[in-house]
Amino acid sequence: MDAAALVPCTIHINGDSRTCAITPATTLLEALRYELRLTGSKQGCDKGDCGACTVLVDGVPTLSCLTLALACDGRAVTTVEGLAEKGVPHPLQDAFDRTGGAQCGFCTPGMLMSAYALLQRESAPSRDEISHALSGNLCRCTGYTKILDAVELAAAELRERAK
Amino acid sequence: MLTLPVFAWSRPKTVDEAMRVLAASPGECLIVAGGTDAVPNLKHRLHEPKRLVHLGGIEELRGIRVTDAGLEVGALVTLTELAAHPYVREHYAGVADAAEHVASPQIRNMGTVGGNLCLDTRCTYYNQTFFWREALGFCLKKDGTRCHVVPQGKRCVAAHSSDVAPVWIALGAQVEIATPGADGASGAVTRRLLPVEAFFVGDGVHNNVLVPGELVTRVLVPASSLGVRTAYRKLRPRAAIDFPMLSVAVAARGDASRIEALRVVVSALGAKPRTLGGLDAIAVGKPHDAALAEAVGAVAFKQCHPLSNVPYDTDWRHDMVPVFVKRAAPGALGVDA
Repeated sequence: MDAAALVPCTIHINGDSRTCAITPATTLLEALRYELRLTGSKQGCDKGDCGACTVLVDGVPTLSCLTLALACDGRAVTTVEGLAEKGVPHPLQDAFDRTGGAQCGFCTPGMLMSAYALLQRESAPSRDEISHALSGNLCRCTGYTKILDAVELAAAELRERAK
Repeated sequence: MLTLPVFAWSRPKTVDEAMRVLAASPGECLIVAGGTDAVPNLKHRLHEPKRLVHLGGIEELRGIRVTDAGLEVGALVTLTELAAHPYVREHYAGVADAAEHVASPQIRNMGTVGGNLCLDTRCTYYNQTFFWREALGFCLKKDGTRCHVVPQGKRCVAAHSSDVAPVWIALGAQVEIATPGADGASGAVTRRLLPVEAFFVGDGVHNNVLVPGELVTRVLVPASSLGVRTAYRKLRPRAAIDFPMLSVAVAARGDASRIEALRVVVSALGAKPRTLGGLDAIAVGKPHDAALAEAVGAVAFKQCHPLSNVPYDTDWRHDMVPVFVKRAAPGALGVDA
């Protein structure tokens, strides 16, 4: 495939199948933000250190700034825009709001996606497990305590709903 | 915002197809699997390939298998999969532990065993943007002629920074490499096996034996290494993400009352991991006690020489060598540290 040629790339994003025309040198983050106008995933360090661009690829937390968009052709991607259902925030989003887990908010989409993946596989994670699952997401505002509180609160809410 | 350079793209579905693509543009391809090392390096213009060969579609490179011959780990196995694999955790705890020590959860979800072995060497003067490197007149490893770590040096001393490789070496693991046939694209692909230790060479510009057109396909741990206990310790600024400023892998047979064999590999020093010499004479047949730990630590201190290729004070990192050897050794001998 030519370097400069635009090629179609179809990604199943948040349940929708979306196609964009990109060059091979396009990251998943660039495709999401600049082609598909999904600006929830943030462009922080852009080299894999900060976690602000974390999305789920086939359910697995992945750094979209280091993922080539064409490698996701035909795969399922979940971004922070996919968490709310019918305009109602996901319990994690609600919990970040209630605990003050989001301050400037720049790290929040990545935090939410890492936390969402954790709660998908573990309904009652320990404080250590939460902290480990979020260890690839940097926050410069909160000191992390409120974020850990938020994930605990959301986990409790989700367990309550499942009863 | 860091943009990628322009490149063409291939996503082969088999090893043979990948080898044909590589053979068609010799020396002009960059092989990418998880992309966690290659993509930031591309963004920094440390690699400028004409074509990217993305291995993600090659199913035959996935999976961990346990056979009579030993453990086979496909090059596309992610570090998360390696760290979580029950057999690996039970028999090769140091391997699982080292994989768990790589960067962050997201990077372990993406990064692969093959990519971790082929990780580019790292240096304060290399892992920077083009603008930063240009301002300093570039360096011996990329675009320049002068080494800023060893100003008179003729050889690049960028640091080998893979966490898992030192444990593979301590264990005596082997790496399988797909090699093009004698006549390039049309020749039959063959596979060669060599000890992981022999995979690395002491030149930071390109610190392994791979020649253009070759591809790492598997890591094999021979069944004869069952019973060897392994442990890994890593010194880094932040426990959540960083590359090592020093790493120590220990593999041992026997137990604390009588050591039958002991191998210690120290890395993040220069371009290849260093296997300590002379340990048999001081450790084999002996119990693991304070005197032995001191003696092994002293050997490590004498043989390891950190450079200013990675951040933080070199004298302090040198002082940490025996400390980390002493911390790692008990884990490989089945005693609590």
